[in-house]
Amino acid sequence: MCADTATVQLTAKDFGSDQDVRWCPGCGDYAILSQVKKVLSTLGVSRENTVFVSGIGCSSRFPYYMNTYGFHSIHGRAPAVATGVKVANPELDVWVVTGDGDALSIGGNHFLHAIRRNLNINILLFNNRIYGLTKGQYSPTSPFGKRTKSTPVGSVDYPLYPLSVAIGAEATFVARTIDVNVKHLAYVLERAAQHKGISFVEIYQNCNIFNDGAFQYATGKETKNDTTLFLEDKKPLIFGGEKKKGIRLNGMNPEIVELGGDITEDDLLFHDEKLAEPSLAYLLSRMHHPEFPEPMGVFRCVERPTYENMLVDQIDDAKKKNSDASLENLFNEGDTWDVK
Amino acid sequence: MVVKTHTENSGTRQVEIVGLESTIVRFCGDSGDGMQLAGTQLTNTSAIFGNDVSTLPDFPAEIRAPVGTLAGVSGFQLAFGSKKLRTPGDEVDVLVAMNPAALKTNIGDLDSDGTLIVNEDAFTDGNLSKAGYTSNPLENGELDKYRVFRIPIEKLNAEACKDTGLTGRAIGRCKNFFALGVIYWLYGRPMEPTLDWINSKFGSKPVVAEANTKTLKAGYYYGETTEMFTVKYTVAPAKIEAGRYRKLTGNEAMALGLITAAKLAKKPLFYGTYPITPASDILHELAHHKSYDVRTFQAEDEIAAMASVVGAAFAGAFAATGSSGPGIALKGEAIGLGIMAELPMVIINVQRGGPSTGLPTKTEQADLAQALWGRNGESPMCILAPRSPGDCFDIAIEAFRLAVEFMTPVMVLSDGYLANGAEPWKIPDVTSLPKITVTHPSEGSDFQPYRRDKKLARPWAIPGTAGLQHRIGGLEKQDITGDVCYDPKNHEHMIRTRRQKIDNIADAIAPLEVFGEDSGELLLLGWGGTYGSITAAVENAQAEGLSVSSAHLRHLDPMPKNTGDVLRRFKKILIPELNMGQLLPIIRGRYLVDAIGFNKIQGKPFMISEIEDKIKEMLGN
Repeated sequence: MCADTATVQLTAKDFGSDQDVRWCPGCGDYAILSQVKKVLSTLGVSRENTVFVSGIGCSSRFPYYMNTYGFHSIHGRAPAVATGVKVANPELDVWVVTGDGDALSIGGNHFLHAIRRNLNINILLFNNRIYGLTKGQYSPTSPFGKRTKSTPVGSVDYPLYPLSVAIGAEATFVARTIDVNVKHLAYVLERAAQHKGISFVEIYQNCNIFNDGAFQYATGKETKNDTTLFLEDKKPLIFGGEKKKGIRLNGMNPEIVELGGDITEDDLLFHDEKLAEPSLAYLLSRMHHPEFPEPMGVFRCVERPTYENMLVDQIDDAKKKNSDASLENLFNEGDTWDVK
Repeated sequence: MVVKTHTENSGTRQVEIVGLESTIVRFCGDSGDGMQLAGTQLTNTSAIFGNDVSTLPDFPAEIRAPVGTLAGVSGFQLAFGSKKLRTPGDEVDVLVAMNPAALKTNIGDLDSDGTLIVNEDAFTDGNLSKAGYTSNPLENGELDKYRVFRIPIEKLNAEACKDTGLTGRAIGRCKNFFALGVIYWLYGRPMEPTLDWINSKFGSKPVVAEANTKTLKAGYYYGETTEMFTVKYTVAPAKIEAGRYRKLTGNEAMALGLITAAKLAKKPLFYGTYPITPASDILHELAHHKSYDVRTFQAEDEIAAMASVVGAAFAGAFAATGSSGPGIALKGEAIGLGIMAELPMVIINVQRGGPSTGLPTKTEQADLAQALWGRNGESPMCILAPRSPGDCFDIAIEAFRLAVEFMTPVMVLSDGYLANGAEPWKIPDVTSLPKITVTHPSEGSDFQPYRRDKKLARPWAIPGTAGLQHRIGGLEKQDITGDVCYDPKNHEHMIRTRRQKIDNIADAIAPLEVFGEDSGELLLLGWGGTYGSITAAVENAQAEGLSVSSAHLRHLDPMPKNTGDVLRRFKKILIPELNMGQLLPIIRGRYLVDAIGFNKIQGKPFMISEIEDKIKEMLGN
């Protein structure tokens, strides 16, 4: 994060550009845009040191609506473009905005490698489990059997789960939130921004045109308490409207238990964001609806040197060892001979 | 050409000394036999001795193909002389063959009265059969026209190294230096440069240093004392321009040029790339120069490499990538983004034999069409091509100069021949280097992302600059504002503007020069790595009194403004290319001249004699 000390406190509005927002009315992206602007205004960062990079897809229009530097690049390549930006100028705050198709399908490779390098950039993946911009084909996160324009009798692709992929790729910060829970969304964005290293945030985002209600289970008043579980560091995994249900470990597997009787909070699985090994975070990332409540919040947050810092350190070391990095010295390296 | 002969004492006997103007030596053996190293050492020693040198390494794509097979043969050819050498030469004067497979694949290039030195220990039944010989060529008379020297190199090497304590296997790896020692004696080369190299390379392994030293000297003294050789050769130092020199390959020169350009502009150099033959050595060279603020990024693939370059250029670095044809194919989409975003960057294509994976270690010029048209939509970019290993340095600097001045990606078409070939490089005076001026707008200016200057370049406003926040991307831009715009007239205007901007580069490049008379019967028009062969052939033909000149394009898009004028001053135009004719239709179409092509697609450079023969054919001689 690059704090801007010279300018006055900016408002959320200051982070908005003059462009008309062109997402469909009712799209979950509006809420995310609004929270990102709000969070940036509270972090004390400057607009000029902030860069939003995106690929292709509905979510990737995001940079146009921010009054920061922005690059609406090509399909799937935003993490690679962002890597170039960050390495060229590590002082910049770099955000990648992507979707489930952009990050996990056409851009899968870049997604994995940007994460494993642990650059200090923030990746926001708007997961609506559908291709919106191309008008409704299934995506790599669509559930098995999903009927879409391109799968009229149901898809035969098994989905992948963004958090599990990110954890497998050695992400140092992994979190999930949801578009309609703006308070939680803001909390997670702020945590992501504060993390030094790669921050990966999956945001459940409703596409009300091509996949309306995909996350109804997690947002509906009647169901959400039983289908979601809000993670708190060092606290037991408890959920349900009356906070009477918990997750206990049975061997290697989680199970849902009712609190009371001979089961107390101490019997439950406790969350720990800072575990060096990602096993717990991975286990949490495998809890899916309807078998389990889906965890929301920060799954993993560990420190590790960042790619760009280590790269700069190597350059600084080399400069110390070769304090006269002049062109003359460069040209005269190795064997030379004189012709008279 | 023999310049003089005399006799002198060598050891206990007399040998004839033949002075040569230039000579061509080729080492060949298994890819594990150290032929590249032996060749490099002879190159360095000859350069330090004062000869002009030119080299052509030729190695298989497989790092270690099965020992003794034709597929595993690796070769290194060099020419050294007392005159200007434009190529590593056509036919080999001295061929060193370490096994039957190497003999079989290389003997065809040996001059009919050339010298053949063979490691006779390797001519076993098993090796002969692996090479496809049904009888031993050393015995059956098929080599009678050459001067053949059968030397038991393996046995002599083992004998020389036996007291060093090395294992038999490790001793076997020293045999290239025995062969090198023989050549050093044959050409009267000083051993000191290689002895110095051995000591610095193997300083931490004194046993290895000792073994290599012993076998190099053993080879040298073998030449001196055995009565096998009755002739040895001298090649006097060349009369070359005074100054300090070093030997550079094209890839090394390219890397130095990139660093120099960034340094001249006081910018960090970002090099995002994915390893690919024959471009990887640029990465290796750059990775050793971090103290010059060189930031190398080995990406996960070619696509990411190119995308990272676009990102780094957006953020204000001098950004470049290097690859070869297959990688450039993958980069096409992101190059298009660079063109749309109108950001400065350099893309190096070290061309190799295609299509598809093709011939990774062989040279070709078949990616010109890809450079010109290998992207979707109307996506013009500036295209340059170096003409010699040393020219890679100058072209890298020019590429960045033009990229920044015109805010455009610039593609550099090198090739495997230039990349791996080496020549002496006169170290330039730093003050004589071109200036590269970069300006970034700052707050307060009436900034619009796509408001252009007279050359049609847009401003390079970089993140971190207060008040100039803007968004760019791959969608069509509205003129001036850079906002997304689907207006039909605007689209046509922007397409034409981007093309015109590239055309304007013609005002900032050197005119096409003619080698020889500036009008006449025949002009040879070349581009890129064929410069040496074409120029040498034309020079020879001119010496015979033929009315022939040549011109060489270093700028392919745009071409120099006088290109048409030059072409029209000649009655006939020949365009030699190492492809099926990719420059040819452009020249014919654009300048309406009846040029004809001369094409070779064998993964090898033109021989001088091939072009000379064609010149004579065209001029009716």
